[in-house]
Amino acid sequence: MADLVIPITVFVLAAFIGFEVITKVPPQLHTPLMSGSNAISGVTIIGALVVAGAGDTTTASILGFLAVAFATINVVGGFLVTDRMLEMFHSKKEKP
Amino acid sequence: MNLTLASFLYLIAAVAFIVGLKRLQSPVTARRGNQLAALGMLIAIVVTLLVTDIISPWIVVAGLVVGGGIGGFLAQKVEMTAMPQLVAAFNGFGGGASALVAAAEFLSVDSLPLRTDITIVLSTVIGAVTLSGSFVAFGKLQGLISGQPVGYPGQKLGDPLVAVIIVGLSIWVVLGGSALVLWILVLMAMILGVIRVLPIGGADMPVVISFLNAFSGLAASMAGFVIESNALIISGALVGASGLILTNIMVKAMNRSLGNVLFGAFGAAAMEGGPGAIGEKPVRAATADDVAVTLAYAGSVIVVPGYGLAVAQAQHNLKELTNLLEERGVEVRYAIHPVAGRMPGHMNVLLAEADVEYDKLYDLDQIQDDFPRTDVALIVGANDVVNPGARDDETSPIYGMPILDVDKATTAIVIKRSLSPGFAGIDNPLFYMDNTLMYFADAKRAMTDLVAAVKEA
Repeated sequence: MADLVIPITVFVLAAFIGFEVITKVPPQLHTPLMSGSNAISGVTIIGALVVAGAGDTTTASILGFLAVAFATINVVGGFLVTDRMLEMFHSKKEKP
Repeated sequence: MNLTLASFLYLIAAVAFIVGLKRLQSPVTARRGNQLAALGMLIAIVVTLLVTDIISPWIVVAGLVVGGGIGGFLAQKVEMTAMPQLVAAFNGFGGGASALVAAAEFLSVDSLPLRTDITIVLSTVIGAVTLSGSFVAFGKLQGLISGQPVGYPGQKLGDPLVAVIIVGLSIWVVLGGSALVLWILVLMAMILGVIRVLPIGGADMPVVISFLNAFSGLAASMAGFVIESNALIISGALVGASGLILTNIMVKAMNRSLGNVLFGAFGAAAMEGGPGAIGEKPVRAATADDVAVTLAYAGSVIVVPGYGLAVAQAQHNLKELTNLLEERGVEVRYAIHPVAGRMPGHMNVLLAEADVEYDKLYDLDQIQDDFPRTDVALIVGANDVVNPGARDDETSPIYGMPILDVDKATTAIVIKRSLSPGFAGIDNPLFYMDNTLMYFADAKRAMTDLVAAVKEA
């Protein structure tokens, strides 16, 4: 179990950074925050790519394909829809 | 590509995620922040494709094309009102992907070290619960499944039983169970997601999708432990933190505890008052002309929009009305309650879509003290979040929930179709107050009529 120490350390420190950064996001941006962070959680795509690329059996190929497709929906959809929302936010000064 | 170089590039991707999230702290930098995070993701994907021995490239390409097509299509087509169900669906896909990654890792290697087995089980279970729970939440928000709490006979015994089976199967997998055991575990975890989200009412869905958001992050982190990727662990932890913070904010705004939302049905107390108590007291009903005159000659107006406004698709008409008022010199601001929409921050997005400038939108804390100095509070499609009973009446089922003090404005105007109580079935004393004008109309109709009447006034 000793080799779990470093990954757990990384996890805990990252969680603290997350709390610090995200507590300061104003409520008016909470929906884009949620969809944007959702897209970031799609980073599981890097695991999916490894799995899919190694597809030597039929089962592994199916799992790999589904994993990549699911994660890509999450990543592409999440970033695009967040961008679409944030594009709509305007202040008085920016108005033409 | 050299593996050390790859590790540094993954670190750059993780930093891009953190800086991207940090830029979401202001609407001015938010869009670039999201683009930076997307760039980080692109780096992570390209590096992975370069360092991995890909023996089946077509599967990779097919997954990217199919997923990218579906994701891109949904992102372009979705209505802003449907954002909560879209985020729920994306959550589900993310959780599902993490579960699949862990399961595939389990199947590909004959004997794994103990720590990998443990993280595989955690990633699979959390991912599978997220997948099925998110799609039930999607169904409820989309109206495919009843928004009412749905239970099954013997749930009090059944739920813990499923949980115990999951723990047992997990231990079995770690101690050397076969692939079949893992698949049964996945199935049981998916059943748990379904039976835990079905009994939660539609009004509590903002809490549920925030919580599942945290879960999808946690699943990604666990998958990071499985494939030993720091980038995955870091990003998953960030998202987990974000989901937990949003869950906490939603729960507080509803005056509930997380346990109460997830395990307790709402509304039992509300029914006792009975509908007989509603509508017997006198109200001051007003016409469009009355309301238009009150608004047009006011010095300051605070608009309190609720989800009813979005349901009626009346945001653009509201914007037109407030433009007219501003041309007459009326100061117009918007007060946004944390649960005004169907997910955290939802109402802000809906108003941004209608071109309302974000610097006119105020949170509860920012504007609460200004109501006593305001001429008119205009309530459109909101009910429970302006119920003074939550503040004053200890017997009210929502007592203690933070509300906007609209009754402290000189005049409160409520636009509502009828006196019927809101989703929670609770009567609203605001409607019967002396300084409240009730304007009975559909929100969209009301806005168009008011625009016409203000032009005349």
